Amino acid sequence: MSSISRRWTPPPLIANRALRYGVYAGLCLYLLVAFSTIEFNWTRMSEGAARAGNLFAGFLRPDFTSRWDDIEAGLLESLTMTVTSTIVGIILSIPFGIGAARNIAPVPVYAFCRAFIAVARSLQEVIIAIFLVVLFGFGPFAGFLTLAFATIGFLAKLLAEDIEDCDPAPLEAIRATGAGWWQVLAYAILPQVAPRLIGLSLYRVDINFRESAVVGIVGAGGIGATLNTAMDRYEFDSAAAILLIIIGIVLACEYASGFIRAKVQ
Amino acid sequence: MPVSLSRDGDRHWKRRTSRAEWLRFAGWLALVMLFIFTWRVMTQDTIWAFVLDAPRQAADIGSRMWPPRWSYMSALWKPLWDTINMATLGTLLAVILAVPVAFLTARNTTPSVVFVRPVALLVIVSSRSINALIWALLLVTILGPGVLAGVIAIALRSVGFIAKLLYEAIEEINIEPVEAIRATGASAPQVLAWGIWPQITPAFAGISVFRWDINIREATVLGLVGAGGIGVNLESSMNTLAWPQVTLILIVILATVIVSEWVSAKIRHALL
Repeated sequence: MSSISRRWTPPPLIANRALRYGVYAGLCLYLLVAFSTIEFNWTRMSEGAARAGNLFAGFLRPDFTSRWDDIEAGLLESLTMTVTSTIVGIILSIPFGIGAARNIAPVPVYAFCRAFIAVARSLQEVIIAIFLVVLFGFGPFAGFLTLAFATIGFLAKLLAEDIEDCDPAPLEAIRATGAGWWQVLAYAILPQVAPRLIGLSLYRVDINFRESAVVGIVGAGGIGATLNTAMDRYEFDSAAAILLIIIGIVLACEYASGFIRAKVQ
Repeated sequence: MPVSLSRDGDRHWKRRTSRAEWLRFAGWLALVMLFIFTWRVMTQDTIWAFVLDAPRQAADIGSRMWPPRWSYMSALWKPLWDTINMATLGTLLAVILAVPVAFLTARNTTPSVVFVRPVALLVIVSSRSINALIWALLLVTILGPGVLAGVIAIALRSVGFIAKLLYEAIEEINIEPVEAIRATGASAPQVLAWGIWPQITPAFAGISVFRWDINIREATVLGLVGAGGIGVNLESSMNTLAWPQVTLILIVILATVIVSEWVSAKIRHALL
């Protein structure tokens, strides 16, 4: 073997050497500082260890029966909330999505829709739920409004981006035939965005179900309320049962939406 | 495309056969029925007086919320710092856990499609199904309230997300460099390091930064169940009906989320 060996290394992620090491050093320093701010309360953790054991035992022997009435009621609320909020959310997100697309909406409408979407996306579902519970009272109606609002933020943004990415040629062609704004929408835009809109809507169904489990923690109805109660009572076997049900339903939703998407696209 | 003859012998082109049209109609009808049914079930216990009262309530709370209490800001810097740390450390922990899971899941790198892949997929699905807030709820009862529970909650939720996107990226890699490196007699870890890893690095960095951005948003509410960060202040301000403080906290959250989204978009733009 020759002593001169040229060793090849893959190109680094950041080409500039000084910048690269600067970024790495800065990151390390930040992580050290950040890590040092975490408090480790060992006595509290050792107390919690027994509960952790109970929780894992709960997963191995989930208790579906003793709180079944509560679980059933919570599940029913969650599922109905999911369906209604997704449908209403989709219907409302279409005008917002069209309004937020630069290539077909006038500037004032565009600005308003974009601002609305930005607010709807930045605030967590839970925060919105807290306010809506204050306004509309406890129960699934507040949860329904929360999820519908969040659906608008999610779908309208993606729909607007899709419309902006549309192939302009069909738009021009349809416009050239003397079509009005609605006709351009129906014949040039809709066929291009419909398959992805359907895919995203199905994806949103399972996001909404997952979120419906969360908004219950702040009183907006659904399986989250049941879960919160179970945790408060330290009934880990019931809590584990609820979590397993959530996982099962999300899994079923994912399979179903994958199946439908494969058919549509 | 189906053609039908009208009564006077003209040919009409239609997009769908009558059967397909009827099926579509039935589908839409079923959807409407489902909506009406679920709506009725959902609202059977709704107290409409509260719902109708909402605009007045909104005006009332709105008047109490304005103006924001700016002096409260001095008490928010520490929780804000905690929130950002929770998101960053949680993402880091999630990345460390997600990389092996992703390699075990991807069809082209998994040691066994029959035994290992389903287990790894189950890990991904369980992690993705359960929101960070619920993980935090569990962890607070186990670890006690504080930032640590928040970090782990964020990490547990993010593992599935990162692993899912990463394994999809691994499955889409170009096979030629991998085979070229294997042809030089490289061992499996060498193939991984020189053939596969360089191909997924940009995707990996992009996914991590994307998830960090989402996690900032998630971390702002974990305090509601006691897992530290700015959510703790939100919870206590709401409990004491200190609405001007709530407004300030919401403004801070909004600003943080917008800044983190901007940072993440910049980084991803530089990477890809």
